[in-house]
Parts: sequence; structure tokens; C-alpha cells
Amino acid sequence: MSWIFEPWPWYVAGPLIALVMFSLLMADKNFGMSSNLRTLCTICGAGHKVDFFKIDWKAQQWNLLVVLGTIIGGFIGSELLSNDTAVLINPQTVVELKAMGFQSAGSSYLPTEIFATSVLRDLKSLVIMALGGLLIGFGTRYAGGCTSGHAISGLSNLQWPSLIAVIGFFIGGLFMVNVIFPLIFSL
Amino acid sequence: MKNLAYLFIGVIFGITMFKSEAASWFRIFEMFQFQSFHMYGIIGSALLTGVIGIQLIKRFNIKSFSGHSIVIPPKTISVSRYIYGGIIFGLGWALAGACPGPMFTLLGAGFGTIGVVILFSILGTFLYGLVKDKLPH
Repeated sequence: MSWIFEPWPWYVAGPLIALVMFSLLMADKNFGMSSNLRTLCTICGAGHKVDFFKIDWKAQQWNLLVVLGTIIGGFIGSELLSNDTAVLINPQTVVELKAMGFQSAGSSYLPTEIFATSVLRDLKSLVIMALGGLLIGFGTRYAGGCTSGHAISGLSNLQWPSLIAVIGFFIGGLFMVNVIFPLIFSL
Repeated sequence: MKNLAYLFIGVIFGITMFKSEAASWFRIFEMFQFQSFHMYGIIGSALLTGVIGIQLIKRFNIKSFSGHSIVIPPKTISVSRYIYGGIIFGLGWALAGACPGPMFTLLGAGFGTIGVVILFSILGTFLYGLVKDKLPH
């Protein structure tokens, strides 16, 4: 059983994600995490200002429970099921990240240069997190789904719109990592 | 009882996201640099399992637990909203290194600062709602 404390290989994780999707389908629901961001807007009262948020959030309660479970799962995964949470990425990637100023590459789960609590006083890290969040929230709703709704659910059902969206995900991601990162992380 | 089931499904999802390192900023960076098969293996094997399962559901007309037909609602036909929206999300996915599922996993794993990403993603969704009628769909 010691394997469970090691990072899980892709061929375990992938089918488990599909299992999550099938479990929700069997319960007459759909796998889509970004819809929760809309529901959270509605709960915060956005429906009074914008019609797009005039939805019955109670009908989405089940998905908020999935979110709550996802939070609990993160706790279990890191606190109970891990000995060491350092992510051993490709050594070549580590070299490149260190050259960009990410000294935590290869020895932590998230780059401390962006996510450590101490960086809350650092404007650059705050801007990176805030801008990243804005783009995620805006883009997923515009595209009508994120990785779970399009890349997993939509593509599993062979829906063309999802393929277009996933191509978009990669255009955006490749542009960010190859064009924008060298600009913002070498300053 | 049903609520417990949703919670449990979320727990499995959260553990999987954390333990497979799909919630790691480093893995997302590595993926967009094409320097590892790991993330492609995760998405690819999820998809392969998903496609086969959906085909079986359709072929054998498998019903949900409540006896209803299983439907994944078709998406509206468009190119612009998926490509523009997709690109905007992709930029954020690479920058913050998390998507709308894993960011909650990270919160549970004790990375409190991811809360900034979560708050601003809610704000981003609100901004979309505010301007959506002016955007090409």
C-alpha cells in the first residue's frame, strides 16, 4: 500500500477522473467545475445587478457539495496520503524555471515565489494571482466550460465545440508560457 | 444521503487532483512546455475511458440511478465563443497554474494564497456576466 503515498501515475488519475464524471452522470448531473463560479456570483447577490446571474442557486447546491468535497480531498491528499509533496518535474524544466527565478522548482508542490503567504506583501505575486483568477473566471464562462466541462465531459461525448475550446486552452496556455512568461519573470 | 454522495465524489476528485499533481503549477508549466507526458497521460486516459464509457451508455441505453436517460447537454454551435473564451481561460490556466477544480483542492491542501485566485476568478465570471451581451458568441 505504500504506493498510495507516492505521487499517483497518470494511468490511475485519468480513469479516476472519468469515474468522477460517470458517477455524476449516473446521478443525473454533469461534471463541470467552472459553473460553480457563476453560482457563487449569484449567492453573492450578482443576480440583482445582472440577469445572467438570476438563477436558482439551490438547484446548483449539489455542485457546491462537489466543491466542498474537492477541498476536503485536497486536505486528505496532502495531509494524510503524502510523505513528500515535492513535485519531481522534468530536470530540464527545473533548470529552465530556476533560470527564470523559480528556486522552488523541483522541491515544492507550488512555486513559493508566487504562492507563499509572505508574498501577499509582494505586488507582483498578487497581480499574477489576481490576473490569473480573472482570466480563468472570465474565460471559462465565455467558453462555457473549463477542463472538466470541455476537455473531459465534452470531448468524451465527441462534441465539436469542446474540441474548439480545448484548442483555445492550448493556444492561450502556450502563449502565456512561451511569450509572456519570459517577459514577466526575467524582470 | 444524495448530498453525501456528491460530497464523496468531490473528495475522490480532490484527492485525485492532488495526488496526481494535476493541481501543481509546475505540472501545468511542464505540460505547456511539452517536457513531460504526465498531464497528457492524465487527460488522455480520462478521455479514453470517458469516450468508451459514453459509447457504451449510448449503445446499451444505460439509465441513471433514477431511471432517466443519461444526457450530456449539447453545446451551442459557435466558433468565436469557444476559441476566444478558450484562449482567455488558457492564459489564466498557465499563469495561475490551476483550473476551477484544482484551485479548491489547493485550498484544502493548505495553500491559503490560492484564495486570491479563487476570489478573482469569481470576479472574472461576474465581469463576463456584465459584458457578455457585447461579446461575439
